[in-house]
Amino acid sequence: MREEAIVNRDIDLMPRKHYLNNGSTVASWLLTKDHKRIAILYLISVSAFFLLGGIYASLIRLELLTPQSDLMEAHLYNRVFTHHGIIMVFFFLIPAIPAILGNFLIPIMIGAKDLAFPRINLLSWYIYIVGGAFTLYALLAGGVDTGWTFYTPYSTTFSNTYVMAAGIGIFINGFSSILTGLNFLVTVHTMRAPGMTWFRLPLFVWSHYATSLVMVLGTPVIAITILLLALERFGRVGIFDPALGGDPILFQHLFWFYSHPAVYIMILPGFGVISELIANFSRKKIFGYAFVAFSSIAIAVFGFLVWGHHMFASGQSIYAGLVFSFLTMVIAVPSAIKVFNWTATLYQGSISYDTPMLYALFFMGLFLIGGLTGLFLGAMGLDIHLTDTYFVVAHFHYVMVGGQVLAYLGGLHYWFPKMFGRMYSEFWSKISAMIVFIGFNLTFFPQFILGYLGMPRRYAAYPEEMQVLNIFSSAGASILAIGLVLPAIYLTYALFFGKIAGDNPWVLPGLEWRTSSPPPTENFVRTPIVTWEAYEFGEESGLYEEGERRRRLEAPERV
Amino acid sequence: MNSWIPFFPEQASTFAWQVDGLYFYLVAITVFFTVLVVGAIVWFFIRYREREKYIHPSEIEGSTVLEVTWSIIPFIIVMTIFVGGGVIYYNLYRMPSEAMEIYVVGKQWMWKFQHPTGQREINELHIPVGTKVKLTMTTEDVLHDLSFPAFRTKSDVVPGRYTALWFEATKPGKYRIYCAEYCGMNHSGMGGWVYVMEQRDFDNWLSGNVSGQTPAEAGKDLFENKLACASCHAADGSGGRGPALVGLFGKPVRLAGGQTVNADEAYIRESILNPQGQIVEGYQPIMPTFKGQVTEDQLVSLIAYIKSIAGQTGAPNKLNTTPATAPQPDASRNFDTDGKAVEPMGGRSNP
Repeated sequence: MREEAIVNRDIDLMPRKHYLNNGSTVASWLLTKDHKRIAILYLISVSAFFLLGGIYASLIRLELLTPQSDLMEAHLYNRVFTHHGIIMVFFFLIPAIPAILGNFLIPIMIGAKDLAFPRINLLSWYIYIVGGAFTLYALLAGGVDTGWTFYTPYSTTFSNTYVMAAGIGIFINGFSSILTGLNFLVTVHTMRAPGMTWFRLPLFVWSHYATSLVMVLGTPVIAITILLLALERFGRVGIFDPALGGDPILFQHLFWFYSHPAVYIMILPGFGVISELIANFSRKKIFGYAFVAFSSIAIAVFGFLVWGHHMFASGQSIYAGLVFSFLTMVIAVPSAIKVFNWTATLYQGSISYDTPMLYALFFMGLFLIGGLTGLFLGAMGLDIHLTDTYFVVAHFHYVMVGGQVLAYLGGLHYWFPKMFGRMYSEFWSKISAMIVFIGFNLTFFPQFILGYLGMPRRYAAYPEEMQVLNIFSSAGASILAIGLVLPAIYLTYALFFGKIAGDNPWVLPGLEWRTSSPPPTENFVRTPIVTWEAYEFGEESGLYEEGERRRRLEAPERV
Repeated sequence: MNSWIPFFPEQASTFAWQVDGLYFYLVAITVFFTVLVVGAIVWFFIRYREREKYIHPSEIEGSTVLEVTWSIIPFIIVMTIFVGGGVIYYNLYRMPSEAMEIYVVGKQWMWKFQHPTGQREINELHIPVGTKVKLTMTTEDVLHDLSFPAFRTKSDVVPGRYTALWFEATKPGKYRIYCAEYCGMNHSGMGGWVYVMEQRDFDNWLSGNVSGQTPAEAGKDLFENKLACASCHAADGSGGRGPALVGLFGKPVRLAGGQTVNADEAYIRESILNPQGQIVEGYQPIMPTFKGQVTEDQLVSLIAYIKSIAGQTGAPNKLNTTPATAPQPDASRNFDTDGKAVEPMGGRSNP
């Protein structure tokens, strides 16, 4: 017993030297080239934007408690939902998983010391901050009221708000995305450790590879679109406004040519997180590795070909509509393949109910509904009734919040002990995951019904007969808010007072679990040589003895 | 909408059952797959929960047969959805050949409707039940979208061009209309009501409202007097320095350079606002632009006038027989016994 206790304390020791205590000056953080420290910088700044976007979301739901626009005048409400959209899409959803978790984990998962271009990685963060600052200026100076979609000619000719300041912020921020994507692509191609073949890569890396392709190829288009917007708004060059000889539908094509693929920038990294969680917490290989990996690539490629499904009601040609509808239906198949493979992975596994797995479970349920309701909107005749209503709002929140945010939270809880070396409260994390799940459904499920009833989006006031459903939605939002604030509290607490996690708290095979927690600045003391497949729990993994030892250590507790 | 929580909008058009049918089909698919997958997940979570920590359960690498199965079955299902959606969309956007034609102009933040008989309405639209109604729409400023949830149809309204939608109401009543495309400050106030009336009530409503000039009459007035189009196109539209407009609408036009275009609403609009863009073969490019001098309402009236003289003598060919574009010269202002609206005023305004 005594001996074991000593051993126990031994493995629980924090490493003496790690990336967090390697320099404590402000400069050592702001000028760092360490991908892990940059990930922490992103974690802080992205969380700040998430909080701000969440405050705007709360204001929206507060206003919609009553049918009249009484809390806010319409002109204020229009700014609030626009700010909510811009901040959440461009400054939270797009960078959240890639820039925080991807940045931290991709080099470690492939056995590299850092990303291929550490300085460019730091530059990406600074660009993100400058872009964010421009956007914050636009919000504080008076705000923007165009909706995050910036549809013309309202945005170029009619709105007298700070459209271009926000636009420039998004333009600048785009370069952060492009550089991050480029960095990931080059890193995955050139920095893999010996033995880390493409088909041994964790699926988290595959999904980030697909995401990076979309970031690099898609983001320049939104940059071009914003430049054209500026040219028309300031230069009065007729591009989109028919009064100047332009075409407003052209803007929609350009905007969605980026913004639909951007939806996949927002969800693909989440798929990667869920693949990790499902396989690791079932303690077995993922079912159909190659199918899951290539479905990410297929989604990235097809994602570029479906933008026109946002425009079925815009008066575009019926033939164009048919092609876009067909391709939209096709892209449902790789998403279905993922869900079925995740489910099959659970079969005959050894499933533990740790908090990250709980998030993965909720993710699958919500993403399923989010994905299936996408089919409603892809079916042209039905989309005409549903487009621009709350059905669309509900659908994309099921995908973006139910999907990406839950995956992000699951990933954050999964890698938190690796990132900070400490463990959070199992009790509070499980409670808050359940609060998020309940609050989320109560918020967004009634919006499907509201949408079918015909309640349009972006309405400060709505018909009285729709109030009951809106009250449900607002009530759910307050529960959801509690579920999202709780992690901020107990994770911050764990940062300082949490139990020491140990290098491999769950005895998992990934490379990130084969270095100390928190990892040293150079990630590995010795470059690892990989001889096992992804999610290898068998003989090859060398986990057997560690598992035995841990069982022995923890046995007294369980008796 | 009697229940405490409404679940479905009223079914008040011939499209409603089609859209709702597809909706229920999709709801069934969603419920089926959610129950199937979530059921499997929950079952696996319970059945294969961790019995002992840190063990390695039996390994299953995957199965190509299963992968192919769960790729092909979803593909077949989504194709049925695609076809269903495509068919309904075709029904929504294939305009009927014979319909009561109402002009709509959206502006921040109101809907202006004009009946073929001259009545004008703002944010309210009165229509007869059981009659095909076609809306031809444009906007004076930004994008709008005219949405009729009870009819299960809507369409964006785009500045600088005409979009159209149609429906046939099946149930008398009062239903909401909305602007569904964000259009600035008072977007949520840009709505109103559509009143579906029995034919007799609708006739009463028509006669009880001052009709003023019909769109075609107003157009004729603009053509002959205010805008003086007649000085080049002749008072009866038979042509002069400018091409003849009698019998033009809906016919192909040969342009200088050999291209052929169809003389539809977009063509007429473009020829008034940007006449140098499309010069008719055999004519000089002498027409000045009317951009900035003519409002959207006036453009609609001019198009209505040119439509009204489409079926008159002097038409270059007689192939066009669609009543919507070739009204009967003797049409009265009333509706015939079938309850079908007929294009009014064509002959009388231009004897």
